[in-house]
Amino acid sequence: MAKSRTQAPSKHGRRGYRQENPYLRRLLIILSLLFTILMLVLPLVIVIYQAFGTGWDRFWAAVTNTFTLKALYLTILTGSFAVIFNTLFGLTAAWALTRYSFRGQGILITLIDLPFAISPIIAGLIFILTYGRLGWAKPILDEFNLKIVFATPGLVLATIFVTLPFVARELIPVLTARGTDEEQAAVLMGAGFFRVFFKVTLPHIRWALIYSVILCTARAMGEFGAVSVVSGHLRGKTNTLPLHIEILYNEHHYNEAFAVSAILVVTSIVILTARSVVEYLSRREGDDVR
Amino acid sequence: MKKSFIVLAFILAFLAYSGLGAAPVSAAEIEITNVSYDPTRELYEEFNAAFQKYWKNKTGDDVTIVQSHGGSGKQARSVIEGNEADVLTLALAYDIDEVEQAGLVAKGWQARLPKNSSPYTSTIVFLVRKGNPKNLKDWGDLAREGVGIITPNPKTSGGARWNYLAAWAWADKQYNHDEKAIIEFITKVFNNVLVLDAGARGSTNTFVQNGQGDVLLAWENEAYLSIAERPGEFEIVTPPTSILAEPPVTVVDEVVEKRGTRELATEYLNYLYSDEGQRIAGKHYYRPSNPEILKEFGQYYDLSTQLITIDDPLFGGWATAQKYHFSDGAIFDKIYTK
Repeated sequence: MAKSRTQAPSKHGRRGYRQENPYLRRLLIILSLLFTILMLVLPLVIVIYQAFGTGWDRFWAAVTNTFTLKALYLTILTGSFAVIFNTLFGLTAAWALTRYSFRGQGILITLIDLPFAISPIIAGLIFILTYGRLGWAKPILDEFNLKIVFATPGLVLATIFVTLPFVARELIPVLTARGTDEEQAAVLMGAGFFRVFFKVTLPHIRWALIYSVILCTARAMGEFGAVSVVSGHLRGKTNTLPLHIEILYNEHHYNEAFAVSAILVVTSIVILTARSVVEYLSRREGDDVR
Repeated sequence: MKKSFIVLAFILAFLAYSGLGAAPVSAAEIEITNVSYDPTRELYEEFNAAFQKYWKNKTGDDVTIVQSHGGSGKQARSVIEGNEADVLTLALAYDIDEVEQAGLVAKGWQARLPKNSSPYTSTIVFLVRKGNPKNLKDWGDLAREGVGIITPNPKTSGGARWNYLAAWAWADKQYNHDEKAIIEFITKVFNNVLVLDAGARGSTNTFVQNGQGDVLLAWENEAYLSIAERPGEFEIVTPPTSILAEPPVTVVDEVVEKRGTRELATEYLNYLYSDEGQRIAGKHYYRPSNPEILKEFGQYYDLSTQLITIDDPLFGGWATAQKYHFSDGAIFDKIYTK
C-alpha cells in the first residue's frame, strides 16, 4: 500500500496511468467486478435467501435445533483449541526461525508450509493410519484408554494440522523485518527473556499476531475435508458445523442446510470485518500488517 | 503498558471463550451408536424415537442413539478403523463380512437374527423424469445410446453393487449366460453413466437436485422418497426383473463387549423385527420381511417383479460375487477403465 504511493509520481499525479490505455483499465475493472459478483456475492446472497426462503420460524428452528447447537459448540471447541495451539506454535516457530540460526532451518520453514500444499484428505488419513484401530499408536492409546480419531481429539488434531502455517507464516516476515537490534539492546541492559519478549518483541508483532489469529479462526471454523475423514459423522458427537450442513443437505433438508450455512456466512463476515479493523488500526499506528 | 494490556485482554477473552465451550452439554446417558448406510436416515430417525419409547417403558432408562450415515463400504471401513459402532445396519452382507474379517464381529453373524439378519429388504428400480421421455422400461434400454445414467460407484456404495448385479442378472437371462455378451452390455451401460458418486444419497442429489441424467438407478425406498420430496417431477419404473437386496444388521461384538451394551444393542435390532419396527420400515418404503406386514404395504410395491437373490447360483453369495465382480482388477475394474 504505502509503497505504491511513493512510486514515481508523474506530472499529472496518478493520472499518468489512466492515459496509457483507458479501455484496458475499464475492461480490467469491469472483469474483476463481474467475477467477484458472479463467484462470491451472488452465491452468498442466494445462501442467505435460501436460508430465509421458508420464513423466519423455520430458519430459527433449524438454527436452534439440538444437533445444530451441538455442532456449533463442537466447531467453537475445536476452533478454539486449534487457534490457541497455533498461536503458541506460531510464536515459538517464528521466534526460533528468526532469532536463532541453526542447521535445518530451511527445512523447518518448508515443513511449516506443508499443510497449505497437502490435500486435507491426506491429512485426515494420516491421523487414521496413526491413531485408528489398526494404527501403530493404538496399543499406547488403549493403555491410557484414549480415543483420538472418530472423537473430538481427532477433530482438533485435523483442524490444527490444516491451520498450522497461519500464525508462523504471518509472524516470520514481521520479525525478520524488525531485526534484532532492539532486543539485543534490551538484553544488554539486563532484561530477561520474558521481559524482552513482552516489552520489546510482542508490541511490535501484536497486530500481525492478532491478524493471523483472525485468519486462523476463519479457516478453523470452516474446515471440512480433513475433519470429514476423521469424524465418523456421529451425529451430535463428532459433527462440526460444516459436516452438519452436508448432512442436512443430504437429508433433503435444503432450507435447514442453508439456514445453518448462514451461521457460517455471518461468522465469516464478522471475521472479515475484524480483519479490516485490525488492518486499519495497525496502519494508523504505522505497523502495517499488510 | 497500555498496549500489552490490550494483548492480555485479548488472550483472556480467548481463554474465556474456550472455557465457555468446555461446559458439558448433557449428562451421561445410556448410548448406542448405529453406523448405517446412506438412504436409511429417515427410517432410523423414526425407528429410534419408537425404540426409545419402547425401552423407556420396558426398563425406565433413557437411551440415546447416535446415528452415522454414509456409503456402506465407507462406513464399514470407518468401523474397521475404529469408529465405535454398537450396531451396524449396512447395505449388504459383504460389507459386514469385511468387518467380521477385521475381527470386530463374530463369525456366522448372519445366522444370529432371522431372515439372513435382514429385517427389511428392497430392490433396485429406475427413477426417471416425468413422462419417461427416454422410454426406459427394462435393463436393456439402459445400454441405448444417448441415455444418461446416474448411479453411485460400486466400489464404495452398496446400492451401486446391487444396481450392477441387477443389470447383470437381466443380461444373463437375455444373452443366455454368454459372459462376453453380458460384459459388453454392462460396459455399454457404464459408458452411459454421467456421474459416479460415492454413495446412494449423493447420486440422488445429483439426479433430483442438480437435474443431471435421464435415469437414476436407485433403491426402491430412495426412489419413493424422491417422489415424496418433489411430487410430480419423477416416475418410478420397476423393471420386470430385478434383485432382492437384503440390507443386513448386526451387533458389533468388539464394541458392545467393551462398552457393556450387548443387551441393549441386541434388543434394538430385535425391535426392527417387531410389528411396529416392520411398519416403520414399510412406511419408509422398505419391504418388511414379515410377509403379513408386507401385504399391508402392497399398494406401493410391484410384487410381481421377479427378484433374484445374491445366493442364486448366478452369483453364489456375496463373498463370491464380490471377488468375481468388484475386487481390484475384477470385472468392474476392467469395464470401468476401458
